[in-house]
Amino acid sequence: MSLKTYREAINEALRQEMEANDRVIVIGEDVAGGAGGSAGGAEAAGGVMGITAGLATKFGRDRVIDTPITESAIIGMAAGAALTGMRPVAELMFADFIGVCLDQIYNQAAKFRYMFGGKARTPLVVRTMIGAGMGAGPQHSQAIYPILTMIPGLKVIVPSNAYDAKGLLIQAIRDDDPVIFCEHKGLLGDSCEVPDEPYTIPFGKAAITRKGDALTLVGMSRMVKHCNEVADRMKKDGIDIEVIDIRTTSPLDAATILESVKKTGRLVVVDEANPMCSVASEISSIVASDAFDYLDAPIKKVTAPHTPVPASPTLEALYLPTPAKIELVVRELLDY
Amino acid sequence: MRTIREFEERLHQEFQSGTVPGFLHLYSGQEAIAVGICEQLEDHRDYIGSTHRGHGHCIAKGVDVKAMMKEIYCKKNGVCGGKGGSMHIADLDKGMLGANAIVGGAPPLALGAALTAKTLKTGGVAVPFIGDGAANQGTVAESMNMAAVLKLPMVFMFENNGYAEFTAASYATAGSIEARAKAYDIPAVTVDGADFFAVYEASREAIERARNGGGPSAIEAKAYRFWGHFAGDPQRYRAPNETKELRENHDCLKHFAARVTQAALLDQAEMDAIDVEVMQLIEDAVIEAKADDQPDPQSLYNDVYVSYN
Ligand SMILES: Cc1ncc(C[n+]2csc(CCOP(=O)(O)OP(=O)(O)O)c2C)c(N)n1
Repeated sequence: MSLKTYREAINEALRQEMEANDRVIVIGEDVAGGAGGSAGGAEAAGGVMGITAGLATKFGRDRVIDTPITESAIIGMAAGAALTGMRPVAELMFADFIGVCLDQIYNQAAKFRYMFGGKARTPLVVRTMIGAGMGAGPQHSQAIYPILTMIPGLKVIVPSNAYDAKGLLIQAIRDDDPVIFCEHKGLLGDSCEVPDEPYTIPFGKAAITRKGDALTLVGMSRMVKHCNEVADRMKKDGIDIEVIDIRTTSPLDAATILESVKKTGRLVVVDEANPMCSVASEISSIVASDAFDYLDAPIKKVTAPHTPVPASPTLEALYLPTPAKIELVVRELLDY
Repeated sequence: MRTIREFEERLHQEFQSGTVPGFLHLYSGQEAIAVGICEQLEDHRDYIGSTHRGHGHCIAKGVDVKAMMKEIYCKKNGVCGGKGGSMHIADLDKGMLGANAIVGGAPPLALGAALTAKTLKTGGVAVPFIGDGAANQGTVAESMNMAAVLKLPMVFMFENNGYAEFTAASYATAGSIEARAKAYDIPAVTVDGADFFAVYEASREAIERARNGGGPSAIEAKAYRFWGHFAGDPQRYRAPNETKELRENHDCLKHFAARVTQAALLDQAEMDAIDVEVMQLIEDAVIEAKADDQPDPQSLYNDVYVSYN
């Protein structure tokens, strides 16, 4: 056990699974750090954010494969390799680029198992990066996991901390279904205690990160951090908020959420994605239909607005849900 | 060319001092390509589609330098109201369909502009700029095929600067780009992108062909990227002397200066005067951009739909 960043935890999960199983390969743009450059092919970076750094040196370029910029071919190749016996981890640099290769994900990889009568396995992991906060503009900042969550056949993972990132990624690599693993760029540098040995966290099992009975705050990815902050602050006022980190949007752990709402009677869902047809709206709908009798107040969502992500850091700050916005809604609901 | 160079070199400085938000991909070294072709395009009927490395294309197509600078600073009076930033600068009045943060995003859009020109018989031409990395996207192959099938008035301008992020074209781009275009029966040539006159000449022919109903052409310009992929890239994939060598021997501005003085088209004093004017313009642009207001909070919500709010 030692303090590791989210970035290091992901790197360690990849390294340990590659050590354990030589069918695990990593494929993507610059994942080995660039190839063919005038410096002579020494490992340079490990992706734009340095997440896969060191893997090419350790495992060689046959297992850590730099590709041309051709996401359809990358994801399709990985899906085909998964279908035929490999366990590829493909990197889609920014989740925004999903549009370029969506067919390979949702008409191909996601459908194999079902449409081939249960005979196919597709142990494919697509690692990708979500989230606003870097001033990177509308095509590099989205939290588009709801689009993937609504596709049957895909599992979608949204880890909120380094511990979960490692355990969930190892689970993803060992899983026989296509898994979309969404890393939040705003969390890469955050650290917590992470075991050195490999471990897994099952999908569809939420974590209760703060215990309480006054209100249930459900968050995902970076928003869990904000939810915890709000709960800690309100605890000083003697208000115990329960925080649930759903960890995976598909499968979704509705049972833990329902159980909590039955206890607290109040629900706020916090989601960085746009609100329409979102994970937040799905959770709200489940609670409205299955725990209506227990509700003491309307369900509230704190999300981004229904707009693209603006480049301006000033507007981007207004776009994002913040602890202050969450607290405001929580207090309103407590007074309801 | 001087304006683009100064704009970029100054932005690099400003980025290092921490005043520029977001990602910044600099065009220094490739100026002759954008200027060589855009010089021959008109504001209103000719369109370009750009890339994540789009500042040079924008300037060459006539987008207001001060409004661009404000946009890169994400300020209220930026060309896109601060919502686009460096990678999404667009100005439709100038025939600039947008920088594009999606690699390979522009060629299909340029097909559309060319289709408009063909349908409305405007005589216009559409030019997508495409990096060596982008050349590998399916969208580019699809666009070349479509342009050839429909005989669209287009010039595919490939800028091969040797790298896509950290990966060399020699590794990632199989065969030759020129040959790929030729496989679609698209006339194609390769030119030295540091030679303004070579780019100009190849573009002139291609634009003329397009305007005369001769369909698409392709140009592969060998380009030289003086900086890293983005501002702040430590460039460990590159030999340490590579960029120095490029700046010394493949600088389009030096090449241009030598050619025009030799031919006695401009003398040193005239060129110095241009430099002074450009320095002042960029200085003013930076000062004005820094002083400009942040966008109105309410603008976060507008322009989602034409009728939104
Ligand atoms: C669809 C998509 N994939 C990947 C990226 C990340 N990316 C941005 S620029 C770039 C390299 C582009 O290389 P090239 O086309 O050669 O242009 P250059 O940077 O050399 O000008 C990559 C991979 C992206 N923005 N969009």
